[in-house]
Amino acid sequence: MDTHATTVPDSAEASLHAPTSEVEHPHPTWSTYWKVALILTIITVGEVWAYYIPSFVASRGFVPTLLFLSALKFAIVVMFYMHLKYDHRLFRVLFTGPLFIAALTLLALMFLFGHLFIHIT
Amino acid sequence: MATAAHTSTVVHTSAPTHHHYTTLGLDSRKVAIWAFIGSECMLFVSLISTYLIYKGRSVIGPLPHEAWTDPSTGQVFKPILNIPVTSASTFVLLMSSLFMVLALAAVQNKELPKRTRGERILGNSKLWLFMTALAGTTFLGFQAFEFTSFVHEGLTIRRNLFGSTFFTLTGFHGAHVTAGVLWLCTMLAIDYRRNLTAKDSLLVDICALYWHFVDVVWIAIFTLVYLIK
Repeated sequence: MDTHATTVPDSAEASLHAPTSEVEHPHPTWSTYWKVALILTIITVGEVWAYYIPSFVASRGFVPTLLFLSALKFAIVVMFYMHLKYDHRLFRVLFTGPLFIAALTLLALMFLFGHLFIHIT
Repeated sequence: MATAAHTSTVVHTSAPTHHHYTTLGLDSRKVAIWAFIGSECMLFVSLISTYLIYKGRSVIGPLPHEAWTDPSTGQVFKPILNIPVTSASTFVLLMSSLFMVLALAAVQNKELPKRTRGERILGNSKLWLFMTALAGTTFLGFQAFEFTSFVHEGLTIRRNLFGSTFFTLTGFHGAHVTAGVLWLCTMLAIDYRRNLTAKDSLLVDICALYWHFVDVVWIAIFTLVYLIK
């Protein structure tokens, strides 16, 4: 068998040998992935079903409900399929930081130019 | 003992590989893909913002959810969005994410013994990589069908504000899906060439992160563009 040696910095090796339970956990199993897929499908079916109920579409709860369900699906995929729930917290910061800035920018733009425009005059 | 030295030696029993560790002990490539995904979030939110700002401000049709009659010709344009077709393509893309995690799990658990037929199927990375690429290609087929039918119904990127913002947003997403499919095909080719092992799981993990990101972007687009009137 081909055996070779690689030199790594102390800090890197220390992290590799450090107890990782605080920052990283084992990834989910196959059964978890199937369950997540089922939940995502059910939510999507619920969204499309809601779209075809005229009374619900006309109600004030339609848009918030769809936004909530969409955010839920987004979070489920990010946490379970992208393993953000189990990975190092630096990855969480790298993802949620720009996402937070982007969401604030979206809200600001919607207030300035979009349907959330505030009539000051 | 050697542990007193500033650097220490780790013995591997595999083909030579190059590790790219950050000072946190994390692989630089994984940090890079997360940073890239963070920047991509900002790109897509800017495109979504543009769509939402111009939503409902088109002077002429066709319109996404309402019928429109051309006053000069009397021609009636139906609501242009086809929700059943897009729902099907959304389902396909969601399933592609499932196939992708199964591909990653298959590569990570490559060395584990596969006793039953079910375990052999779940542990077949080639099958799941192929299924993911196939689902991605199917999604692109749905998008090509949608774009073609829109153009036949009179909606082009130059027709109105809806057309401009819609084609830009979904076109950018489609381009990302295309890049993802090419990436998946590359991983599949590597798997056929030299069988991906648990040591290659990071390569598949990075590809999977990109693919799931493309999926979550579509989750947002499907609700904001297609379902909310």
